Amino acid sequence: MTELTIKIAGEAGQGMQTIGSALCRVFKKMGLYIFANQDYMSRVRGGNNFFQLRISDKPIYCPLQKSDIVIALDKKSVGLHQTDIAGNGIMVLDKAEFGIVKESKVFFNVPFHELANKTGGNDIYINTVCCGVIAGLMGLGFEYLEGVVKEAFSGKEEEAIRKNLLAAKSGYDFTKDNFKEDRFKINTVGARETLLMNGNEAIALAAIKAGCKFYSGYPMTPSTSIMDTLAHFAARFNIVVEQAEDEIAAINMIIGASFAGARSMAATSGGGFALMVEGISLAGMTETPIVVVDAQRPAPATGFPTRTEQADLDFLISAGHGEFARVIYSPGTIEEAFYLTIKAFNIAEKYQIPVLIMTDQHLADSLMNITPLDPHKIKAQRFIISRADAKKISGYKRYQLTASGVSPRAIPSWINDVIYADSDEHNEEGHITEDAQMRVNMVEKRFHKKIAGLTQEIEKPVAFNLEKAETVLVGFGSTYGVLKEACERLSNKKFGFVHLPQVWPFPTAELSLLLDGKSNILTVENNAGGQLAKLLMREAGIKVKSSILRYDGRPFNLDYLIGRIKELES
Amino acid sequence: MEINDFKSNDEITWCPGCGDFGILNALKKSLVNLGKEPKDILLVSGIGQAAKLPHYIKSNCFNGLHGRSLPPAIAAKIANRNLSVIVTTGDGDCYGEGGNHFIHNIRRNVDITVIVHNNQIYGLTKGQASPTTDLGYKTKVQVNGVILEPMHALEMAIALGCGFVARGYSANSEHLCWLIGEGIKHKGFSLIEVLQPCVTYNKKNTYEWYTKRIYKTEDDASYNPNDKIAALQKAAEWEERIPIGVIYRNEKDSYEDKSGLAKNIPLVDEEIENIDISEALKEFI
Ligand SMILES: Cc1ncc(C[n+]2csc(CCOP(=O)(O)OP(=O)(O)O)c2C)c(N)n1
Ligand code: SF4
Repeated sequence: MTELTIKIAGEAGQGMQTIGSALCRVFKKMGLYIFANQDYMSRVRGGNNFFQLRISDKPIYCPLQKSDIVIALDKKSVGLHQTDIAGNGIMVLDKAEFGIVKESKVFFNVPFHELANKTGGNDIYINTVCCGVIAGLMGLGFEYLEGVVKEAFSGKEEEAIRKNLLAAKSGYDFTKDNFKEDRFKINTVGARETLLMNGNEAIALAAIKAGCKFYSGYPMTPSTSIMDTLAHFAARFNIVVEQAEDEIAAINMIIGASFAGARSMAATSGGGFALMVEGISLAGMTETPIVVVDAQRPAPATGFPTRTEQADLDFLISAGHGEFARVIYSPGTIEEAFYLTIKAFNIAEKYQIPVLIMTDQHLADSLMNITPLDPHKIKAQRFIISRADAKKISGYKRYQLTASGVSPRAIPSWINDVIYADSDEHNEEGHITEDAQMRVNMVEKRFHKKIAGLTQEIEKPVAFNLEKAETVLVGFGSTYGVLKEACERLSNKKFGFVHLPQVWPFPTAELSLLLDGKSNILTVENNAGGQLAKLLMREAGIKVKSSILRYDGRPFNLDYLIGRIKELES
Repeated sequence: MEINDFKSNDEITWCPGCGDFGILNALKKSLVNLGKEPKDILLVSGIGQAAKLPHYIKSNCFNGLHGRSLPPAIAAKIANRNLSVIVTTGDGDCYGEGGNHFIHNIRRNVDITVIVHNNQIYGLTKGQASPTTDLGYKTKVQVNGVILEPMHALEMAIALGCGFVARGYSANSEHLCWLIGEGIKHKGFSLIEVLQPCVTYNKKNTYEWYTKRIYKTEDDASYNPNDKIAALQKAAEWEERIPIGVIYRNEKDSYEDKSGLAKNIPLVDEEIENIDISEALKEFI
C-alpha cells in the first residue's frame, strides 16, 4: 500500500477548502482512494483551520494523525502544525513572506506570494500555486492539474483560466526545479468510477430518492449542507425546502406536511434538536411519520459549533416526553448514510413513527470517493391507503386498534371520510378521550406493539473478525472507519469490532449472540460518559472491560486509536 | 352542502354561554357557503379551549401542540394546496406560545385563514393572563393586576403587511360568518381575530362590555381598509369604541405564487416509488 496525507492549513478565508477540493478532483481522476476531513473554527475569517486529505492506492476509511506534506498558508500554521508532520514529511511555507529566517530540515521554502503575484497579479492565486507545488512534490504529470483547473473555471472568462494555469505551472515548475526526490510518489490505480461526496450530501440525495417532498430546517452547523443540497436539487424533483423561523417551527411543519401526505424531513444539531423534542413526542402521539437528522456537535449548549462528538446518544433515545416507539439509525459510512436514510423514510411510514438519523460533524463533513451508490438497492415503499383504495372505504378511523399497533393511514381528501389527528389522548376516531381503558389500548398501540414489529426490522450490527478476536471494540456511527482500519492494522488477529448502524430499538439479541463468550470488550466513543457502554449493560446485560473515550471535539484518527488501545493492552 | 354535512358527533366540552359557540356556528355557516366537501377542508389547531373547535366540526382535523398551530397548517397547505386550511387558535396559543410563528407566517403568506379566539385570558389553564389581557386585570397569578402592555396583534399584523386583517365578534354570528368567508376568499395569510367572551374567567370583557363598544367599519363609508396608516389607527382603537369588520386589506402575491408552487403538481400527488436520481448523482462524479 502506498499512501500520503496532505494538510493545508491557514486562516479562515484563505481558501484551504478550494485547494483541498481541487486536489480531491485530481486524485479522484487518478483512481486513488480519498478520505478528506476538515478542522475548522466557528468563524468566517482568521483563526486557524485545516483541510486534511489522505490518499491511498487501497481503500481507506479514516484520517491519520500525521501528515506527509503540510502546506502552511500563514505564519501561525507553521508553529501550530510542525508537531504533526510525519517522519519523512515536509512543510511547505513562504519564509520571506512570513518573516521566518530560522532553518529546519522539514521546511520546503516556496515563494508562493511572489509566484502568485507574478502569474495572476494578486494573492488570490496562492491557492492555485500551492496545487502546483503538491503536484510537483508528488511527481504527477501536469496534465492532471490542467484538466481540473479547466473544469473548475469552465464557464468563467478565458483570462481567469489562463492566469490560473500559469499560477499552477509556476508552483509546479518551482518544485520540479528545487525538489528532486521521489519520496511522495504514489502508485496509480487506474481510472475507476467513483462519487466524491460527504455524509450530508449522501443523506440529502437519499431523501430525494426516498420521496421526501418537504424539508424544513433552521441553519445549524454541521447539519446545514443537507438543506443546501436539497435546495440545490429542489426544483428538479418538486421538493419544497422551507427555512423555518426556528427548529420548533421546522418539526411542526414537517409533521403537518406529513399528515397531509408528503414525506418530510428536518435536520439539525443537538441544540436545535433540543427545541424539536416536543415535536418528536407529537409525531409519536399523532402517529405521523417523520425523519429527523441530528448531526451531532460537542455540547452542552452552543459547545464547539464546528467540531465533532457523539454525546447525544442518551438524549435521542429518550427525547420526547412520554412513551412511544422510535427508531434511531447511526450510520458509519457515507454509503450507510445513504441506504439508511432511504430505509428511515420507509420505516417511518410503515410504522407511522419518528425515525431519527444520528450522525456527527465527522461523518457530515468528511469527503470520500465512494463506489457509485446503487439507487435501485432499496426502493421507496409506500404504506398508505392508495388513492384508488381510499375511494372504497367508509367508516374510516384514523387510530383503529390493530394487532400490529399500526392503523391503515389515509391521506386527507383522498378518502371520502374525514380524518381527525390529535395530540391529546384520543379514541379510535381521533377525538379527545379521558377513558382509562382506551388510554391503555392506545399506549400499547403506540409503544409495545410497534416496538415488537420494529424489533424484527433492526439493521444488523456489522461484525469483523469476531471468531478469532480476543479483544472486541464496539462503536456506533462515524467510528466505523477507524475501528475497521485499527483492527486491520493491529495485524496479530487478536482484534475484532462491532459497529452498530442502529442504536434504537437496541440490537439486544444480535449483540448477545455476537459478543457471547467475549470477556475483553471495549467501547470506542466520541463522548465523555461512555454512553454506549452503559446502554450495552442496561439493554443487553453486557459488561464492557473499559471504554476508549475521546471528548476534545476531535474525531478519532487511526494512530490515536491504536495508541489508546496499546495503552490499555500493556 | 348544508349545515348538517358538517355535524360532528363529538361532545362539546365548553362552558355554557362561552363565546366559542358563536364562532363555531359562524364557521360552520362559512363552510357551507364555501361549497367544499368536508374531506377537502382541514382545520388545524393548537391547545386551549379554542383549539378544541376542530373536533366539533366534521372536516379533517390536525389538533397539534400548544402554540404550534401555524407551522403544521402552512406545511399541510404547501403539501396539498387543494385543501382549504383554516386555523382555530386562542390568544395564548397564537400570540403567546406561538408568537414567533405568528410573526413569520404573516411574512410567509401561505394561503390559510387564521381565526384567533381572543378571550383575553388563558381559559383551559383556568384564568391566568394572556398576551391580550387588559392592563390592571387581576388573576390568581397577576395578583396585583396585569402590568405588561397588552400585545396589539392586529397592529402588528398590519405593520408586517398581512394581506387581510379583520376583527369579528362572537355574538354577531352573521357578520362573523361574512368575515370568515372574506378571509377564506383572500389569497394569502388572512387573520380574523374574534372578540370571544370567556364567561368563566374574564369578568371584565363581558358580552355587555363588548356590546356597548363595538361598531362596524363598514358603516363608515369614508373608511378605506387599503390605507395602511388609517388601518393602524383603526386597529389601535380600544376601551372607548372597538371596531369590528375588515380593518386592513393588502392584495399581494401569496407564497404559492412567489415560490412557484402554484405551477407544479401538489406535493402529495407526486409518485415517489421510482424517482430517478442518476442525473443528480452525476454531479458527484
Ligand atoms: C407546552 C405547553 N405549555 C403549556 C400548556 C398548557 N396550556 C394549555 S392551553 C394554555 C393556554 C390557553 O390559552 P388560549 O390559547 O388563550 O386558549 P383558551 O383556552 O383561552 O381558549 C396553556 C398554557 C401546554 N398544553 N403545553
Ligand atoms: S373557560 Fe372560558 S373560554 Fe373556556 S369554555 Fe369556559 S367560557 Fe369558554
